[in-house]
Amino acid sequence: MGFDIENYINDKDKSNVILFYKGNVDSDVINHVLDTVEDKMVEVNEQSKLRKKVYNVLVESLQNLYHHVDKVPEDFEDQSADKFGMLVVQKVDSGYKIITGNFVHAENIDKLEEKIKRINRSSHEEIKELYKFILNHQRISAKGGGGLGLVDIARKTGNKLEYSFKEYNDKYSFFYLDILVDEREQS
Amino acid sequence: MEPIIIEGTPKTPTVKFDATEGVFEIKGRSIPENSVEFYKPLVDWLDSYKETPLTKTVVNIRLEYFNTSSSKCILDVFKKLEAIHKAKNEVEVNWYYEEDDEDMLEAGEDYESIIRVPFKMIEIVE
Repeated sequence: MGFDIENYINDKDKSNVILFYKGNVDSDVINHVLDTVEDKMVEVNEQSKLRKKVYNVLVESLQNLYHHVDKVPEDFEDQSADKFGMLVVQKVDSGYKIITGNFVHAENIDKLEEKIKRINRSSHEEIKELYKFILNHQRISAKGGGGLGLVDIARKTGNKLEYSFKEYNDKYSFFYLDILVDEREQS
Repeated sequence: MEPIIIEGTPKTPTVKFDATEGVFEIKGRSIPENSVEFYKPLVDWLDSYKETPLTKTVVNIRLEYFNTSSSKCILDVFKKLEAIHKAKNEVEVNWYYEEDDEDMLEAGEDYESIIRVPFKMIEIVE
């Protein structure tokens, strides 16, 4: 079948990709990605404010994959990965793009989409309040996540979360999250 | 009480909790995948400390990065400190942030608004 998880990226401008990864997202991979991207930002003398935001967003994106990805479909090419994810880090004019991709069970799509929509229709002030509410009221889940990752990403970047679901089969979709971390001053 | 002294790693902070001095410090990066595993011993230790605390406890938080799962654990640490403060002991939190790091300042202000303990925001000027 013609499903290619890189299609999404292929359709986009691929210049200045500083990191591409697809495969199992374990603790070592996370360490390696963080070190690589941090080194590259230091190398090009990126200002520390942007560097910190990119690093923070990268930590949350990777740990979202680590804690929340669903198992890969039975007919997927890579069966060895327990936590299969994809990551692209790209330098763009105003800052950095961080794109993640992972499989989502059809039954989990609505919940995830509702969460993103809620974040995207909130003002910066509302996101701040939402963050504090979840911080203070929600326990850490069995999977180890705090339910704060996406809220934190939206808060730190000040940008809307761009996303899409591409159907893989009737049981699975591939979820892309496209995050812009830029130098724009937040109000 | 035995002090807690933990050396920092790229993903976990340096920790010094000393009950005889009443000075507690968390410093560095706190971005582990499993933050509960790291913070549980600290929260348990504070649980014992709060039985017989010093009249004044000073807490220095000097973090460069922390992930959202640590943020909940750090709140648990603060809740123990709040209980000590509520029992009429002096508790002071010094929250350090680098001068251009508004996100870290805001994070401190989040805790300040949730926890009833005096916070001091201290800007680190390089």
